[in-house]
Amino acid sequence: MMRRAGFLISVGLILVSALGPLVLSQDPTALGPVELGLQAPTWSHPCGTDVHGRDVLLRLVHGGRVSLLVGWLSVVVAVTLGATVGLAAGLGPRWLDRPLMYLTDAFLAFPRIFLVLLLVSLISPSLWLVMVVLGLTGWMGVARLVRAETLSLRERDFVHAARGLGLTARQVAVRHVLPNLLPTILVAAALRIGGTILTESFLSFLGLGAQAPTISWGAMIQEGRDHLLDGWWLTVFPGLAIALTVVGYNLLADDLRRRMDPRADEEAGS
Amino acid sequence: MIPWLLRRVLSALLLVCLLMTAVFFIVRLAPGDPLDQVVGNELTDADRDLMRRKFQLDEPLSRQFLSWAGGVLTGDLGESLGRQQPVAAIIGEVLPPTLLLTVSAYVLQLLLAVAAVGVMVRWRGRAPEHWVQGVGLVFYSLPAFWLGLMAIMLMSRWLGWFPAAGLHATDYPFMSGPDRALDLLRHMFLPVTTLALGTFMGTARYLRAGVEEALGQDYILAARSRGLGRGRILGHALRNALLPIITLVGLHLPFLLGGAVVTEVVFGWPGMGRVTVEAIWARDYPLIMGTTLVAALTVVAGSLLADLLYRWADPRVRPERGMSGS
Repeated sequence: MMRRAGFLISVGLILVSALGPLVLSQDPTALGPVELGLQAPTWSHPCGTDVHGRDVLLRLVHGGRVSLLVGWLSVVVAVTLGATVGLAAGLGPRWLDRPLMYLTDAFLAFPRIFLVLLLVSLISPSLWLVMVVLGLTGWMGVARLVRAETLSLRERDFVHAARGLGLTARQVAVRHVLPNLLPTILVAAALRIGGTILTESFLSFLGLGAQAPTISWGAMIQEGRDHLLDGWWLTVFPGLAIALTVVGYNLLADDLRRRMDPRADEEAGS
Repeated sequence: MIPWLLRRVLSALLLVCLLMTAVFFIVRLAPGDPLDQVVGNELTDADRDLMRRKFQLDEPLSRQFLSWAGGVLTGDLGESLGRQQPVAAIIGEVLPPTLLLTVSAYVLQLLLAVAAVGVMVRWRGRAPEHWVQGVGLVFYSLPAFWLGLMAIMLMSRWLGWFPAAGLHATDYPFMSGPDRALDLLRHMFLPVTTLALGTFMGTARYLRAGVEEALGQDYILAARSRGLGRGRILGHALRNALLPIITLVGLHLPFLLGGAVVTEVVFGWPGMGRVTVEAIWARDYPLIMGTTLVAALTVVAGSLLADLLYRWADPRVRPERGMSGS
């Protein structure tokens, strides 16, 4: 049951945020009547309403899109970048290994949140920027993992054979090493989605993520911050939504790891 | 040993230089004029020119960089644009609260991790293990800022047990010694607990792998054959697994500092993280550079310390191979 939970939660959330906004056709940004403002959860509004009389559940369903989009896309960027660096360091010419690993360590040595805050707030805050920045600052773990794995694969017979047949380094990397790395990469990616969603929600909370008409869970928590007692549902439900999503992806990553590579030890995440 | 250490220190310093150069240019090239944010629009053009000249904002970037770097080498971090105070003085003021927060949270999360691993190993495969795993996973997956807000909502707004923000109560200067300590502890409780709860499961995972490995060693078999109780044996294994983890405290620093940013913002904790966030908003160039430099130096020193401690704890690590990174 627990094993399936990760898969069920992550697929369920994707379905809800993909289809939800189509099924619930109301506009989540349209202001409601004044007397509907800041109402506690009832049957017609299961998660209550915000100060502007908008249904919190409706906004939650729309806000999920931002979290999932940022989580997935920036992890794809990070993993692609990390795998490329790791492969290049492990299989490329010898002189390339040291500078690449130095660069990786340099990025690792710095608190990521500082770098992300600097980049996002100094350029103009937007959803796409957050995605790119989270991708560009999240590849180091994957690079180290892929390099380590590549170094051990490099000495296997099938790789020697492929080289002996006269394949170029790139062909060896793409056709023979990369497929064997896929389980490692998949697990690493799943592990990172949760952490990335957490970072995105913090940026949105600070007002650095998706901007006003776009709804995000972090920004919803920020809006509810002034109503901790008289409007607890404004902060509680978006936080639970983030937690559910992240728990789902972390369970999924654990499950994937158990299925694909029972020996693998975990790397520290973001 | 000595040449290794020298090489390691030099490469760490080079790293800091590269990083600071990159940050300098990122910060300066980003859009936004610090004078707009710092003093509002009441400034006359003459005032602006004066400020520009005072902070050398009118000079070419390369010149500004050289003068900043030269200042750092002589121990001068410049003056904050917004606070009209030397950057070094501001950092001296905000560094202690951040250290207090991160060090206490580190110790607490270590204790929590030890307790969690103890329970998980002692009741392996049974209900307590699953409960600890479940609870740990949930805390690991919660947004730290939200956990902080929930703590404020329940423990301070609703129950009124702890203050919601800050480092001291307003009447702190008039308190007696023991009252001051109590006041500080009350202010520390929520931020420290929040930070520790969010991080302990990561440590527990590493620690558990270490304990499982230690439990398979010969000395455990020997201890068992001598008839030692389960608790004592677990104690032996834990102690041996804990040492390498504690020596790696330096590598935890980036995560702790990162977590501290979130916690400080939510709890209005007057530390490095919050000051950095405010400085970024205000485009306070000298202050951003100053806090970034201190953070970078701390982290690099931490990883150096981790290497040294690890070698000391495990002499099998050979000098020429050099452990690096996580």
